[in-house]
Amino acid sequence: MSLFDQLLAKPWATEQGKIDDLYAGSASHGHAQRLALRVFLAVVAVLFMLLLIAYGGRMAYEDWRPAPQVRLLWANTLVLILSSVALQWAQYSVRRGQRDAMRVGLLAAGAFTVVFLFGQVLAWRQLGTMVYFEVTNPAIAFFYLITGVHGLHLLGGLVAWGRTVARVWGDFDVATIRQSVELCTVYWHFLLLVWLVLFGLLFTGNNLDLLLKLCGIR
Amino acid sequence: MEYVAHDESAFVAPAEVEEVELYHPKTFIGKYIWSQDAKVIAIQYAITAIGIGLVALVLSWLMRLQLGFPDRFSFIDPSNYLQFVTMHGMIMVIYLLTALFLGGFGNYLIPLMVGARDMVFPYVNMVSYWVYLFAVLLLTASFFVPGGPTGSGWTLYPPQAILQGTPGATWGIILMLVSLAFFIVGFTMGGLNYVVTVLQARTRGMTLMRMPLTVWGIFMATVLALLAFPALLVSAIMMLFDLLLGTSFFMPALVSMGQQSEHAGGNPLLFQHLFWFFGHPEVYIVALPAFGIVSDLLSVHARKNIFGYRMMVWAIVAIGALSFLVWAHHMYVSGMNPYFGFFFATTTLIIAVPTAIKVYNWVLTLWHGNIRLTVPMLFAIGFIFAFIHGGLTGLFLGNVTVSVPLSDTMFVVAHFHMVMAVAPIMVVFGAIYHWYPKITGRMLDDTLGKVHFWATFLGTYAIYLPMHYLGFLGVPRRYYAIGGTDFIPESAHSLNAGITIAALIVGAFQLVFLYNLAWSYFKGKPSGGNPWGATTLEWQTPDTPPKHGNFGATLPVVYRWAYDYSVPGAAEDFIPQNVPPREVARSSGKT
Repeated sequence: MSLFDQLLAKPWATEQGKIDDLYAGSASHGHAQRLALRVFLAVVAVLFMLLLIAYGGRMAYEDWRPAPQVRLLWANTLVLILSSVALQWAQYSVRRGQRDAMRVGLLAAGAFTVVFLFGQVLAWRQLGTMVYFEVTNPAIAFFYLITGVHGLHLLGGLVAWGRTVARVWGDFDVATIRQSVELCTVYWHFLLLVWLVLFGLLFTGNNLDLLLKLCGIR
Repeated sequence: MEYVAHDESAFVAPAEVEEVELYHPKTFIGKYIWSQDAKVIAIQYAITAIGIGLVALVLSWLMRLQLGFPDRFSFIDPSNYLQFVTMHGMIMVIYLLTALFLGGFGNYLIPLMVGARDMVFPYVNMVSYWVYLFAVLLLTASFFVPGGPTGSGWTLYPPQAILQGTPGATWGIILMLVSLAFFIVGFTMGGLNYVVTVLQARTRGMTLMRMPLTVWGIFMATVLALLAFPALLVSAIMMLFDLLLGTSFFMPALVSMGQQSEHAGGNPLLFQHLFWFFGHPEVYIVALPAFGIVSDLLSVHARKNIFGYRMMVWAIVAIGALSFLVWAHHMYVSGMNPYFGFFFATTTLIIAVPTAIKVYNWVLTLWHGNIRLTVPMLFAIGFIFAFIHGGLTGLFLGNVTVSVPLSDTMFVVAHFHMVMAVAPIMVVFGAIYHWYPKITGRMLDDTLGKVHFWATFLGTYAIYLPMHYLGFLGVPRRYYAIGGTDFIPESAHSLNAGITIAALIVGAFQLVFLYNLAWSYFKGKPSGGNPWGATTLEWQTPDTPPKHGNFGATLPVVYRWAYDYSVPGAAEDFIPQNVPPREVARSSGKT
């Protein structure tokens, strides 16, 4: 029954009572974990959306000075895509019971993620040494803030990833590992999506017009 | 959503609900300190919140002493005064009300009311409390650092919040922002638990529309908080960057104390938008649990089903959604685009519609009810008074043309205290008097409770009613002293002194409440499992107070909504949610 239909129910009516009595009750722990992750991702989405809107709102002022381009970000983006692909592969493998392939996928995903984070730090350093670097320029401050927040979320993901990897050696319960791998995959895909939006809109040149159109300002 | 096969005549077998693996504490510390039991965590939250709330109460006394009797107290200087204002506001709104309603009542009531053994993620729930406690300690620490706590007002507006000259502009503001960040992290952990528990851990037969309104209110408030707190987190982090790293998110180029500051190009208005994008939903984060709880109090103590249950649920959902569309009505005089004012005034008036529906339904629940003037009922009725009062002044302030001249006057202070301080705190007290018997197994003393109610109810009116008048006169808020200003007559000063005396008396009467809590814990009348004759599941537990796991060997199965009071033909005037139709005792001679 859809949420909307549920909200239309009249719980005091006898007829509705017969339908409501059939509700079987609480879902499994796995369901709960999946829902918790989705709710958490909604919270994270709001966080990044606010940063995006704040950035766009600031861009609209006349004294806006775009941040210089850091080409390394293109390579980093590619690496992050690879980590998502690797996790997708791990998920594909664990669903078919291919343990070795899953381990490879998991390890590759972790390695790519670490490379991505390392690359981001490198990009920070590159920007910091450029002549245009000026800490009071909001574009530059936003760059550090947004990439930093995104990186922290990936680091948090690596904790969950580490806990999963620690359990995939020797004998393990495929069902629980499968659940963990699936949760990690959703999280990584989500952070990749966030990065693509942030990178595409904010850090690939002056996309002010596009951004304002998306925000409905122009 | 899963439904089992439909067989009308069959008894629904109990406890086909998947049993969760409960955490079993072995030591005293595991049971009461590092506890993962939602009920213990609830009490930890409540005690911490009330403890820090008492600090904020004393701060309000100090503030009122200065306003009522200016220049009489040498230990209150302008800096102190601003610090008292700031800390009082921030503590009351976030560290007391948000934490108490969601962390306290949410933790205690959600699992019990939906028929779950515990929260879905007990460990995360425990961590949530300890992070909250750490946030409270950080905030408290700011009283003891050089410069003292921040005095920038509870809204922490930059640029002044981090400029030298504002009290606590270095350590005070840093601790405040870091403490807020920790609070938000801790809350998010708790909030995920509340949402997932409501959606996924309800017992058999407990459909969403069979949930008591208390759970609906707390649930929706949690959703709001999860979506609104990121705005505060972002603004706190950005302000910390501006302060510590020299960025200019919010800081424009300016001259401070004769010096050109190093900042350039920041936008202070951006902070105000972010802050109020959090700040307005925050009003409803506090109000929605109060709405839910008061609905249940009225229904139980009027022995009548809540009027318009469906409409009440829809109103909660509608208010939740609309609360994200009204934030800039706090910013009419901020210098934002005036066209925004038109939009936000309109949305503000629209949100009054579902709110008014709720008020009508509360009053109609009382209509022809079998009203018992118990202490919880008195507080619930007190809430309706305070809320209507504060709500109506909100309509004034929501309109730009009326709001602009009243901005930054005592009228605003009176309005938001009526709607957001007195009204919710009435519900907090009502709820404590109502659920204390379940939590401790003993009743709170009735006479002391009534003394507490009348002193608080009449006393808060003595404080805030005259304050509206001060606002009309143009007495500004936040001022340390108004001095001999021509447009403020001498009578306003006498009124201010009167308000201060009322505030001191109301504050002192809270000691009666604390005494009652302590005395009744040891000497109160034993309550039994269901002293009010309530229908909801928390009153049907085999033990009072409920033991770890809440419901003994089998989970309850729910057969009806939460409001079967005074059902015609039934022998008793309430039918608990877990009583199947065939077991309802019929009154003699009727069918």
